[in-house]
Amino acid sequence: MSLLQANNLTRIFGGLAAVSDVSLEINENELIGLIGPNGAGKTTLFNLLTGVYEPSAGTIELNVNGKMKSIGGMAPYAITKLGMARTFQNIRLFKNLTVLDNVKIAMSKNIKYGALTAILRLPKYYEEEAKIDKLAWDLLEVVHLTEKGNELAKNLPYGEQRRLEIARALATEPKILFLDEPAAGMNPQETKDLTVLIRRLQKQFGLTIILIEHDMSLVMSLCERIYVLDYGKCIASGNPEEIRNNPRVIEAYLGEGAEC
Amino acid sequence: MKERGIFNKYNAFWLATILVIFGLLFGLIAAGVINQVYLTVLMGIGINIILAVSLNLIIGLTGQFSLGHAGFMCIGAYAAGVVMKNVSSSVGGVLLGMLIGILISVVVGLLVAGPTLRLRGDYLAIATLGFGEIIRIVILNMNITNGAAGMVLQKVVDWPLIYIMVVLTLVVILNFGRSAPGRACLAIREDEVAAEAMGINTTKYKIMAFVLGAVFASVAGSLYAGCYYVIKPDMFTFNKSIEILVLVVFGGMGSITGSVIAAIVIGFINIFLQSFSDIRMIVYGLALVCIMIFRPGGLLGTKEFSYSALYKKLTSKGASK
Repeated sequence: MSLLQANNLTRIFGGLAAVSDVSLEINENELIGLIGPNGAGKTTLFNLLTGVYEPSAGTIELNVNGKMKSIGGMAPYAITKLGMARTFQNIRLFKNLTVLDNVKIAMSKNIKYGALTAILRLPKYYEEEAKIDKLAWDLLEVVHLTEKGNELAKNLPYGEQRRLEIARALATEPKILFLDEPAAGMNPQETKDLTVLIRRLQKQFGLTIILIEHDMSLVMSLCERIYVLDYGKCIASGNPEEIRNNPRVIEAYLGEGAEC
Repeated sequence: MKERGIFNKYNAFWLATILVIFGLLFGLIAAGVINQVYLTVLMGIGINIILAVSLNLIIGLTGQFSLGHAGFMCIGAYAAGVVMKNVSSSVGGVLLGMLIGILISVVVGLLVAGPTLRLRGDYLAIATLGFGEIIRIVILNMNITNGAAGMVLQKVVDWPLIYIMVVLTLVVILNFGRSAPGRACLAIREDEVAAEAMGINTTKYKIMAFVLGAVFASVAGSLYAGCYYVIKPDMFTFNKSIEILVLVVFGGMGSITGSVIAAIVIGFINIFLQSFSDIRMIVYGLALVCIMIFRPGGLLGTKEFSYSALYKKLTSKGASK
């Protein structure tokens, strides 16, 4: 049984079908790439899958403890709690909070005390906070940001902000991680490091990762399967080799004689 | 070195601070340095601290621009006023009224929060402004509140009760702010879309902050009724909400310490300006303009005073020397 299944997803804005009739099937521990020209509907598809938009038509089903559960139109926070987390194309960190707090905020699944316990400062508050504190520092270590823990998120350099976004998404303890252009704006060396990081995270946390990316070197080396979107439609899917040689993909996106 | 549990040295410092300030006020009042006039001003400052801090929870910490704070203050004031008139004109009466005011504020707060907190920015401000006025006009048209003439009450609240309520407000709101629910509120202020994507039920936390803020506005209203002889509906108009908002912006949106300082500073500016009543509003306005030019984030920005930060600063300085 697949982990995430989308059937005939459609999203219409006014008269424009940003995503039309797209079906996906994603299995556990897969690394999936989502590529296509700008405006093809990749981010819209992400927004549909993570609950930011409600599908105009079609269904989304997530495997929750062995049962397929329909999540189309559920609130984003509820979908996140079921184990889907994401990063954003244009970084959306909590800029004026510390790096550590950015991670802690995403740990709501782990927080087992309410406002009243916090206000009365019951022993449970101290226990839980100590636990969260440790988990958050551990996660920062995973993405090599331990030394920046107490800095404000907005003061981090760009590449580190991207890594922090990934750490924050991991803090929600996802099964599926959606990365929206994780390498955008990075230089070749940073992209290479990111490739290594993504592969390591997938193994270490047993993640299924779906990423949108324009950097073909990253996509082709990392992804096991690739979906190609163009004008909101899925025009091809398959392994990197198939995609590279698919004439429709070459015409719509990769271009003749592309080296990738 | 990790401090665990409620019995740590920083909390001991805070307890000592609370007691020392209390002792200081007690001494100064007993010695007659603070006379009856100053005492009244001081009590006003205390009530303003409660109002500013509770509004800062909504605006500064959670980022929801509410202009309906005076409405909730009005609920608290009239709840206390009605109980004082009809049950008992005593501190007990004020406390009972305060309790009733809190309950009404929770219910009204939930009613207001549900529909309005879906709105953002300016729209939310207008909607809460409208709700604040609705509350006031409902009270204006009730018989039990004596309508536009207002209620004449006895002064039964003395400064220690206000001091205790100020401390209580600060403890509750600071403890809330520095916890997982408080962090959730900060996340909503910073980026609502990202907060929701990180598993935070934004509606729930917005309502929580709004209702908690409303409760303390109501508490401030009850204290006001207990120590200022007269309450009238036109004391709780939109202007009052703006007055509270000024304190929050002046001190720094997001800084509870800032709100406390702002309430104190503006309280003293007002005393000082009483002797120049003609130009009072002009100077007051100029002071605000200057603050906004030279410290656009307010006096303290989003900084917060804490003994643990002070301790860290001192020890790290000592170490570097």
